[in-house]
Amino acid sequence: MLEVRDLTVNYGLVNALKGVNLRVGQGEVVTLIGANGAGKSTLLNTISGIVRRFHGSILLFGKEILGKRADELVKLGVSQVVEGRAILTRMTVQENLEMGAFLRSDSLKIKNDMEAIFSRFPVLKERRNALALTMSGGEQQMLAIGRALMSRPKLLMMDEPSLGLAPMLITKIFAIIEELKQEGLTILLVEQNARKALKIANRGYVIETGRIVREGNGEDLLNDKKVQEAYLGGSSK
Amino acid sequence: MLLQQLINGIMLGSTYSLVAIGYTLIFGVLNVLHFAHGEVYMIGAFVGLEFALLTKMNILVTIIVAMCATGLLGVMIERGVIRLIKREYPLAPLSATIGLSVIFQEGITKIFGADTIGFPDTFQAQSFQFGDVSVDSTQVTILLVSFFLMATLTLFVKKTKSGKAIRAVAENPVTAQLLGVNIDRVTMLTFAISSALAGAAGVLVGLAYNAISPFMGIRMALLSFAIMLLGGLGNITGAMFGGLILGIVEVLSTVYFSSTYRDAFTFGTMIVILIFRPAGLFGTKLQKGR
Repeated sequence: MLEVRDLTVNYGLVNALKGVNLRVGQGEVVTLIGANGAGKSTLLNTISGIVRRFHGSILLFGKEILGKRADELVKLGVSQVVEGRAILTRMTVQENLEMGAFLRSDSLKIKNDMEAIFSRFPVLKERRNALALTMSGGEQQMLAIGRALMSRPKLLMMDEPSLGLAPMLITKIFAIIEELKQEGLTILLVEQNARKALKIANRGYVIETGRIVREGNGEDLLNDKKVQEAYLGGSSK
Repeated sequence: MLLQQLINGIMLGSTYSLVAIGYTLIFGVLNVLHFAHGEVYMIGAFVGLEFALLTKMNILVTIIVAMCATGLLGVMIERGVIRLIKREYPLAPLSATIGLSVIFQEGITKIFGADTIGFPDTFQAQSFQFGDVSVDSTQVTILLVSFFLMATLTLFVKKTKSGKAIRAVAENPVTAQLLGVNIDRVTMLTFAISSALAGAAGVLVGLAYNAISPFMGIRMALLSFAIMLLGGLGNITGAMFGGLILGIVEVLSTVYFSSTYRDAFTFGTMIVILIFRPAGLFGTKLQKGR
């Protein structure tokens, strides 16, 4: 579904990504773990068309995306939940969800999808007419995920969905990701909570200063000594 | 007497609001101070005047023609100049619009001369008397047209898909793109709408004061900037009320003091409001100055 080949991205004088190779298959949950500044967000932003200057190749459904704008990639089926949620705070909850379906015109199905999201996240239904500004961090994250689903994505990319949330909410967010995985959605997940991410993922990649240094099954990476030391806070329990 | 002046102030202020709304929309979407916006307004007045002289059509047709012309001009400014300048240099588009503003002033001076000219007599007004208050048909036209345009714009921005896209880009362009919004299209649309509103205001002011000149945009650009700040950056409602407030202050200070110092009063009002509400009347603390 997604194939990143030898991707290099330069930010000014810095190489943000140096020859990254990564693959996400249909229906897979793939996680990307690494320290702050390792290049995780840059990789997602390049795949979603926000960063448009790169070397190498990104194939989506077998087609090169070089030169495509972000909105064209949304049309092809890419949806990204950005880090820090990026809710449109001056719009209501419902307007945010409607914006998620911006490129769709099948109003009946949009309505059904919105109801489906409301039953998945009842708190959004209760507060559908509230300004998104007034939502708590956890509620905003659910809104961000709900909004991303409104475009009916084929590939959902999530950038640190558990960042800054209380432990109970983190559990809830991962339960949602698990649900989406069961439903067959293809997900590329960037997480600082490496243990939880690797447990849920089919496969994982470890990125360090712009390079992929390890890849493998979620299970194998969880048991990898180096990964444990660097990202899991010592040996796993 | 006071009521009469308040009506005059609201009438004048509503034209300020029309220009300031456009200024605010453009700043919201692009984060660019569009200094040539005052000249778009001025050109609207000249297009309206010429059209009226040539065709002797009624005022509403004249306004629509001026709006189409300035809307097109706005798109040309955006595509021909602002889009070509890289976003990474925030001062470059600002300087470019200052340059455009000078070019437009001198271009129009070259064509029409630097003198102040009036609208034709075809629009001569009838007067209506309500007790102490007298309103003429020109004033009614101005009030109706500007409030109609403001109401339409508010509905457009609140309810339509394009309106929501404009709001989304104004708040967070990256998020808007990731939701599928084509930024270039939204920017072009914003310029078209903003410039059309300015063109309408140009005709209305020309009508009210029967005096237009190639330099009438300079003061308007400054006023719009002040109105945007006192209303709250990027806030359309703020721009509407800000325009009305400055219009009323201007009329009252002219009547009760002297027209020589009207700008001192209008801009003084802006300063006082900003001292007590630095984010503007409708601005919130959370509003980032992106």
